[in-house]
Amino acid sequence: MTDIGHYREVWRPASAARRLTRWFAWLALVALFVFCWQLMTENTIWAFVSDAPRQAADIGSRMVPPRWSYLPALMAPLWDTINIATLGTLGGIAMAIPVAFLAARNTTPSARFLRPAALFVIVASRSINSLIWALLLVAIIGPGLLAGIVAIALRSIGFIGKLLYEAIEEIDPKPGEAISATGARPAQVLDYAIVPQIVPAFIAIGVFRWDINIRESTILGLVGAGGIGLQLQSSINVLAWPQVTMILLLILGTVVVSEWVSATLRRAMI
Amino acid sequence: MSETAYPSTWRRPPRLVKHRGWRWGLWFGVLLYLVLAAGSVEVDIARVLSGLERGQRFVSGFLQPDFVTRWSDIRQGLIESLTMTLTATVIGILISVPIGIGAARNLTPAPVYLLCRAIIAVSRALQEIIIAIFLVAMFGFGPFAGFLTLSFATIGFLAKLLADDIEEIDARQAEAIRATGASWWQFIDYAVRPQVMPRLIGLSLYRLDINFRESSVIGIVGAGGIGATLNTAIDRYDYDSAGAILLLIIAIVLVSEYASGMLRKYLQ
Amino acid sequence: MLKIEGLSKAYRTGDVALSSVSFRVPRGQIVGLIGPSGAGKSTLIRCINRLVVPSEGSVMLGEIDLTRLGQRALRRQRRRIGMIFQEYALVERLTVMENVLSGRLGYVPFWRSWLRRFPPEDVRRAYALLDRVGLLQHADKRADALSGGQRQRVGIARALAQEPDLLLVDEPTASLDPKTSRQIMRLLTEICAERRLPAIVNIHDVPLARQFVQRVIGLRDGEIVFDGAPAQLEETTLSTIYGADDWQAMRREHDEQDDAEPSQRLSGAEA
Repeated sequence: MTDIGHYREVWRPASAARRLTRWFAWLALVALFVFCWQLMTENTIWAFVSDAPRQAADIGSRMVPPRWSYLPALMAPLWDTINIATLGTLGGIAMAIPVAFLAARNTTPSARFLRPAALFVIVASRSINSLIWALLLVAIIGPGLLAGIVAIALRSIGFIGKLLYEAIEEIDPKPGEAISATGARPAQVLDYAIVPQIVPAFIAIGVFRWDINIRESTILGLVGAGGIGLQLQSSINVLAWPQVTMILLLILGTVVVSEWVSATLRRAMI
Repeated sequence: MSETAYPSTWRRPPRLVKHRGWRWGLWFGVLLYLVLAAGSVEVDIARVLSGLERGQRFVSGFLQPDFVTRWSDIRQGLIESLTMTLTATVIGILISVPIGIGAARNLTPAPVYLLCRAIIAVSRALQEIIIAIFLVAMFGFGPFAGFLTLSFATIGFLAKLLADDIEEIDARQAEAIRATGASWWQFIDYAVRPQVMPRLIGLSLYRLDINFRESSVIGIVGAGGIGATLNTAIDRYDYDSAGAILLLIIAIVLVSEYASGMLRKYLQ
Repeated sequence: MLKIEGLSKAYRTGDVALSSVSFRVPRGQIVGLIGPSGAGKSTLIRCINRLVVPSEGSVMLGEIDLTRLGQRALRRQRRRIGMIFQEYALVERLTVMENVLSGRLGYVPFWRSWLRRFPPEDVRRAYALLDRVGLLQHADKRADALSGGQRQRVGIARALAQEPDLLLVDEPTASLDPKTSRQIMRLLTEICAERRLPAIVNIHDVPLARQFVQRVIGLRDGEIVFDGAPAQLEETTLSTIYGADDWQAMRREHDEQDDAEPSQRLSGAEA
């Protein structure tokens, strides 16, 4: 054996200062968590919380078995839900395309004014959940499918716009240079050099969002914007738990099918 | 050079459906669906027109938001939203790490794997808002139900991505650590943790963003937070306050997105 | 045909890419532009069709000064200048035919290009050009299904579809192997001879330039340091253009390459 007696016996993976800051960061996080917890639970009625398992068991026992006879009555709302998602996605795409071109650094006509405006539209649309959009639209244009469609469309602008403008910024600039060198108009450069490069990304984004929108449109009815959520809301209101189970099962099935459809579409089109 | 011998027309070959009949059939089907779908939308023109005036008021409320009149409500809502976002994210992470490890096929035996994957599937399949409805029914109104909702949703999101990440770790590094005779815990610590930690941090920060956005929604069904305030404001046609709340949400999302971007860059 | 007078380009950062470059190119002449990277070859070529806007000087194509045109008039003049690129710059997801027809974009109204309904004579010309570059049976393939040499042929066909009065060629062989490089250069010189087209070819490969062009312009730090026949290029001149060490290294590399494939060597090309 070699003599190792004269080497240091303590080894630490980081320097003392780094360890100290890390330790403080963790401490701060724990303190923040405790503080938030206190603040949040200020008004919590613990009796309800301790009663929760009994409530859960109660609801659970009422929920089974699902009321299968309710299924036929759900077909029309389901059709509405799918229409909300599809038409809303189409509307969102139609509005997101110009926004994306205005927001992309390499295609925007004015980097000083239009680009920030387009970016704001994207952020505003993205930060506000489609349910909130629906809440607003139901108040403004009245309950019904239209409010749902517009809500889905408004929420989709930000999602599609963001991913699309990132895709536009990543394109290869050389074909664009080559097409402009032939004396083509800007619209033709767009058509021949830019659009072909973003088509695959565009299809993937659109199908992906449609899939998400199917999920979201199932609950828009909770605030009156049409679709199967309306039935969910009214069933909960009258505490018809077997019907609720039926609706949830149908939603689950729809989501699984839409996921399969979107995966198939993506594979076929790209 | 004679050019007359060459064809003078050219059609781009079809990209998707080669057969002409199928192509037309597909177009027809799409058109038919659109007509049917558009037909199912009943538009009450009079209602929409009368709503336009309200729409105008909303837009002006958005442009001239009123932070003052309902400030105490807004403040309470924001505090609830922010606190339940943070606590739910922390608890969600703490629970999703073991579940994520359990759901990684290369680390755990089949029964544990299946159980963990099942938990993840349930959490992902149900919308936050539906979970919130049930939790409000069980735990009563207020941010505690919201906290539970967000924690539950966080588990599905983080545990799945973490498990997928662990399943994709570099097998050679893992093998090298295993070859040293490390125990299961040492293996997690030395082979798995260094490889997935950066992404786990990134995903956690991302989930913090999502949780805040969701916290503004679940209030609609009674789970506390700024969503409840917003719901009340809209119900009372108080668009100036609603505009203020929406602007606050947008601002907080922007700030948190920017901050988490910076933090991620700093930590990596 | 082309008259360049006092052309300069300084970037906003203060870097001077070209300083007062002047030369003329008569009809039918192929000019090789040589020089180390960063000498301003690419900038010079792009200043001619204003993909890069020159800071000073004039570029006369026939009777028209390209540096003084507005956007619309510039597009009209760009139709007369075909350009061939280093990495082909094809639109990979479009068919070969669409890439060739894109050379006609400056001539057709937007709706025709949008619907891909080009006038019969344009389509016929495109087919003829594809035949000329040997790709007639590939017309309906997507551009990304072709090999490098084939793609560059499509690039050539696209430039010729413009019916240009001048060809600008930017490192046409930089992404190709030596054998394909020679094929492409031979095709270019033949086509220029057939149509009496003047061409400016950026080329970093001096031996290849010597083999195919009629006149060489040497650029160093944005200035012309040599202008004459390839035969007049001497070791000392090349050493000034590239710097002595780099030139020696380049020559050795080329010799090794030729030793490796002696059968490909063209005889008498040096003359």
